[in-house]
Amino acid sequence: MNVASMTINPSLDTARADFPILNQEVAGKPLVYLDNAATTQKPKAVLEAMQHYYLWDNANVHRGVHTLSQRATMAFDEARLKVQRFINAKLPEEIIFVRGTTEAINLVAQTMGKRLVPGDEVVISALEHHANIVPWQMLREERGIVLRVLPIDDTGQVCLDQLPALLGQRTRLVAVGHVSNALGTVVPVKTIIEMAHSQGIPVLVDGAQAIPHLPVDVQGLDCDFYAFSGHKAYGPTGIGALYGKKTWLESLPPWQGGGDMIRSVSFEKTTYSEPPAKFEAGTPHIAGAIGMGVALDYLETMGMAAIAAHDEMLCRYAADRLAEVPGLRLIGTAADKSAVVSFVMEGVHSHDIGTILNSEGVAVRAGHHCAMPVMERFCVAATTRASFGLYNTMADVDALVVALGKVRHLFR
Amino acid sequence: MTELTDLYQELILEHNKKPRNFHRLEPHTHQAEGFNPLCGDRLVVELSVQDETVNDIGFVGAGCAICMASASMMTEAVKGQSVAAAMQLFDAMHGYLAGQGTVLPPGKLAALAGVREYPMRVKCATLPWHTLQNALQGQDGTAKTE
Repeated sequence: MNVASMTINPSLDTARADFPILNQEVAGKPLVYLDNAATTQKPKAVLEAMQHYYLWDNANVHRGVHTLSQRATMAFDEARLKVQRFINAKLPEEIIFVRGTTEAINLVAQTMGKRLVPGDEVVISALEHHANIVPWQMLREERGIVLRVLPIDDTGQVCLDQLPALLGQRTRLVAVGHVSNALGTVVPVKTIIEMAHSQGIPVLVDGAQAIPHLPVDVQGLDCDFYAFSGHKAYGPTGIGALYGKKTWLESLPPWQGGGDMIRSVSFEKTTYSEPPAKFEAGTPHIAGAIGMGVALDYLETMGMAAIAAHDEMLCRYAADRLAEVPGLRLIGTAADKSAVVSFVMEGVHSHDIGTILNSEGVAVRAGHHCAMPVMERFCVAATTRASFGLYNTMADVDALVVALGKVRHLFR
Repeated sequence: MTELTDLYQELILEHNKKPRNFHRLEPHTHQAEGFNPLCGDRLVVELSVQDETVNDIGFVGAGCAICMASASMMTEAVKGQSVAAAMQLFDAMHGYLAGQGTVLPPGKLAALAGVREYPMRVKCATLPWHTLQNALQGQDGTAKTE
């Protein structure tokens, strides 16, 4: 059954109607949801597909010969094809289902890490989310590797000219975010990949913040790994995907051991399955994978080019409107940005701003956005972040600016 | 939800703008640092205690208005009090804001009572008090609000 076709308004102008959660009041005001970089809301089509699975098709996958198991297996396998198509991977077995971006990066760190020796190097950037910092630091403690950090400039863009000096004989991987969750900077990952590949160094891209906003083509990028979460792309929490080039997935050792990832087990010897099963021990999040697949269908129907244009328009409009607010300073002003405006206000802490905006129905994130090194780079403890989704409008930005007027008034 | 002005009362905004006893205290007999990693609120509380009496107290740091005002009002309330009375104030504040007590904190501190209606912000108000408790109990390390 194609649930999606029944409940999608194939236009960004009317997309809001696909998200019932947005139609509510908070603190007596219409909800203005501007925390999409933390998680997006889910369209009815996603919720219906997951409910349909649990109501009619629930069974374990890749096991039973009974009808429900066949249905569940087909839906699960189809979800993998949807992910493959969405990011233009060459093969479905290059898609590993994981819990989210964090688990995807840890999977690479833990498997690739087994072969690293003291003195081997991993390069990240100063823009990274903690999920693309801590797994490598853990590897530093376990294996004695060296972590090198590509700095960022005052606009929040990576200093590309400093990358060559960081790449060397011992560099084993470059792991870099595609879009900064804290600032919205779109990082030139294609150039970074070309530079790294010219020296035979593989590249992992943390795409958590890019997948819902930009067209992503992993073959076009030629990245070796691409990690993302379902829940930041209008899908459910607890599911995500790791793309890995087939040659990498074949050569890396398995990660977790258990059911599904083995071909045969005896007490003397166990042989492992081929990818993707090799990296998917245990019963997977079947409903999650189905939901994520429908969410990607939803994005495809809306059109990623249209979404990217919509995000950029909102981002520019927000930057212009926020410039009108006295004492407000934007943090992150790179030329290429996507769907995030991060700012500080003179004399007002971001947590106070967050609370006051909430009293006006406006939901934003206040804090360090799991990117404390970015905050440190700009010498702020925290920022207020408004982040946009495909259902947001210019009126939402206007509501934000009006609510910020109330902050200014209260803290006059 | 209560009115926003119950949280951001004039007294709180005023203390945030002009915090009292906002300075290092040298020499001091007791000191502790408080840090809330979730929001980045950070402060240092220093006291001069003699004969079980808080002769002087100062604090420095940066945080939201609730945290700064709570710290400022705390220093006013505690200065000149006995250590036992200061600890009683900690119990009164912590108990009320954590939702256990029903008796409003005494005096000006009652202005902070509205924070109780904002569960995500309670730790902003209690951080200075946890830091005070740690300082008086001579505990090493950084105070947390857990």
